[in-house]
Amino acid sequence: MTSLLNAQRPPVFCPGCSHERTVHALDQALGRLDRAGNQVAVVSDIGCSGLFDTFFDTHALHGLHGRALTYATGLKMACPELTVIVVMGDGGLGIGGAHVLSACRRNLDITLLVLNNFNYGMTGGQCSATTPAGATTSSGFLNRLEAPLDICTVAGAAGAPWVDRLVATDRQLSERLAGAIAFNGFALLDIRGVCPGRFSAHNRTSLRQIEADMHELPPADTIVAANQRPEYSAHYRQLAAAAPACLPPARIEMRRQHALPRRCRILLLGAAGQRINTAGEVLCLAAMSSGLHASQKNDYPITVMRGHSVSEVIVDCEPIGYTGIDKPDVVIALAAEGVARRRQIIGALSADDLVIRSEGLELPPSQARIIDVPAATLGIGPRDQALAALAILCSQGPAITREALQDGCKLRFGGSILDKALDVIDRCRS
Amino acid sequence: MKLPDLSTTITDGNLIPGNIMARCFIDGNEAISRAAVDAGCRFFAGYPITPATTIFHQMVKMLPPVGGICLQGEDEIASIGFCIGASMAGMKAMTATSGPGISLYSEQISFAIGGEIPLVIVDVQRLGPSTGSATKGADGDIQFLRWGNSGGLPVIVLAPVDAVDCYQLTGHAFNLAERFRCPVFIASNKEIGMTRESVELAKLQLPPIIDRTTCPVDQPFLPFQAPAGSDVPYFLPIGGQRLVRQTSSTHGADGYITGDTEQIGATIRRLAQKIDKYIDEFSFYEMDGEPHCATLVITYGVTARAARQAVAALRLSGHDISLLIVKTLFPVPVKILQETIRAADRIVLIEMNLGLYKTEIERLCSGREVIHHTRMDGELISPEEISAVLRP
Ligand code: SF4
Repeated sequence: MTSLLNAQRPPVFCPGCSHERTVHALDQALGRLDRAGNQVAVVSDIGCSGLFDTFFDTHALHGLHGRALTYATGLKMACPELTVIVVMGDGGLGIGGAHVLSACRRNLDITLLVLNNFNYGMTGGQCSATTPAGATTSSGFLNRLEAPLDICTVAGAAGAPWVDRLVATDRQLSERLAGAIAFNGFALLDIRGVCPGRFSAHNRTSLRQIEADMHELPPADTIVAANQRPEYSAHYRQLAAAAPACLPPARIEMRRQHALPRRCRILLLGAAGQRINTAGEVLCLAAMSSGLHASQKNDYPITVMRGHSVSEVIVDCEPIGYTGIDKPDVVIALAAEGVARRRQIIGALSADDLVIRSEGLELPPSQARIIDVPAATLGIGPRDQALAALAILCSQGPAITREALQDGCKLRFGGSILDKALDVIDRCRS
Repeated sequence: MKLPDLSTTITDGNLIPGNIMARCFIDGNEAISRAAVDAGCRFFAGYPITPATTIFHQMVKMLPPVGGICLQGEDEIASIGFCIGASMAGMKAMTATSGPGISLYSEQISFAIGGEIPLVIVDVQRLGPSTGSATKGADGDIQFLRWGNSGGLPVIVLAPVDAVDCYQLTGHAFNLAERFRCPVFIASNKEIGMTRESVELAKLQLPPIIDRTTCPVDQPFLPFQAPAGSDVPYFLPIGGQRLVRQTSSTHGADGYITGDTEQIGATIRRLAQKIDKYIDEFSFYEMDGEPHCATLVITYGVTARAARQAVAALRLSGHDISLLIVKTLFPVPVKILQETIRAADRIVLIEMNLGLYKTEIERLCSGREVIHHTRMDGELISPEEISAVLRP
């Protein structure tokens, strides 16, 4: 069996440290599986376990504390053939908890070794997520306040298909490591050991005691039957292969001449559900199909189905610079929620400006000319009022022609929705 | 605008034959996504955050069908970590977020700098501080992007003005990331990312694509050894034939931890130099008007759109005025700034933040006054506002 150990860099752990056992067991496991160095990447975390990658003649990635699984995920997705081994301590387990849970849920073919010695060795023996409440650590009494985490129980609940727990001196360590690495999916091993450098001096934790304590825990016997499912990377590729091609953005062909002498700024004010943004888009597409430039800025609250909906549309024969609308030429006012967002702007409108509003909607007093959308008379529902207002705009000036508006609808809608939209435009003809 | 009366309206739509100028209706976020895929990006990971989320939406539509990978991380730290892993496997990778996400990226950004990991990071800026306003724009992150790494090493920050810039600068961002093996930021803004506009996309061209330089087969490979005459080490992918070491720890050329101060100092100087020395090769800017002018307006980002309008209008009324739009914010393009500043009588700087670029300009003005206008309340700076500052 060839060894992948780095002859130039033998392990440098404290005498008696359990990590050293695991280094050799991992080497033997890779040997059992006949892996060459360039078929393996060791991704290590921070702390004493973070030295792991340097002891192997394999690919190596040593990154930030708690984040080893994040690099491993990117690596494995990019390079599915690679055997990816992540090594972290109980410190990395705690700080990177979200990544551990997500790796369990994801089931990407990565093997995670948690070198669990119940404390932060490298930084001086502070308590970790796995420190027993009765232990003495350099964190004072703080570990007495928290319950230690059994990662195997958590990982099983989070969906890990393979969880295993053993002490570092277990004779089966390399065999069990090989089993985990060979398993096609996410495998987590809780490898419990001693830290003579920081923990053992203050705590009477022998390996035997650790082993005895371990047997008190719920069993963690490798394959978790309920969590068996397709491996993430293979599954991703399968679904990706069936994903429809993403088309380039629609090219809006110029179909008509426009007669717009200069920039026209149209402010659409409404409420959620009034299809304000859609109307703004139809207007832009209509303008573009007449060879105009167009821009659209939408404003709505995070509660997309409630509250105001504001759309600012600019159409111009020149390229559009500033996209804000401080002084609109046309205001389409369809709901109090939208009007409330722009009261000042409406109040400042001049006699040259036009407001097309929902019948009966209260507006701040202004000089502007006001046209009502006769929705009831024309039989137009609340969701179609924005489009009806655009149809009315067609008869009021050069911003948009009826034909262009029809073009805009054809670019935006299809089927029965298009028919309905064209019908709305038709009804507003009078 | 006064609306002409009905008689001037064209009632019969004359159909125009052919395709004179077919424009697309896209926002800055879509432009960035399209450019990324066109530039060879095949890996994206992100965590949802307004106003950057639609980049993720676009990438998850675009990448799978072309054999690429798009992941949604459990958080921002994971998302950029995935990208780092994929980039080290040789893929061109991109992530996108907004200010709160950049905060979480910070430690990984430092890793990408120190580990010389090519990566494009989009920051669609929103109004801060902190959670701030998800749907309001600002340019408040630019110095955060520059200095948000431990160690203070230089980074590249590009600032688009509109969807067209989003497309083209993204192409440059990938090239710079590959060429210098470093993270490159695109400092966009909600007002660019989420504003749709008509763009002649088919006319736009990306710069010729640059890929990271790999180690020749017949040469020995040390992961952090820059070859003679270059400041950038050869790249080989993790997972390839030859063994590759990557580490976030202070390392020697071989990728192992080192305490050798001479080697450490040389590496740190090289990391700074590989970016700073070449700034003249990627100083993107737009100069509107003559450098010799009574008034030089300097701005960047979405504010440049209003500035263009204000400057054009003032010029029509006889003002001698020029506009410099800075598109490479960091490293500061000192040469072009100095040349233009020197030639102008009066310097005006307009910014959509509290004045984050002011010291960068002031230090090049040899004590001359910089007239400064800033706004940071979620609203765009308008052309009228700029005109009011510019009128002598
Ligand atoms: S401090 Fe503890 S974990 Fe670290 S090397 Fe020493 S014994 Fe091992």
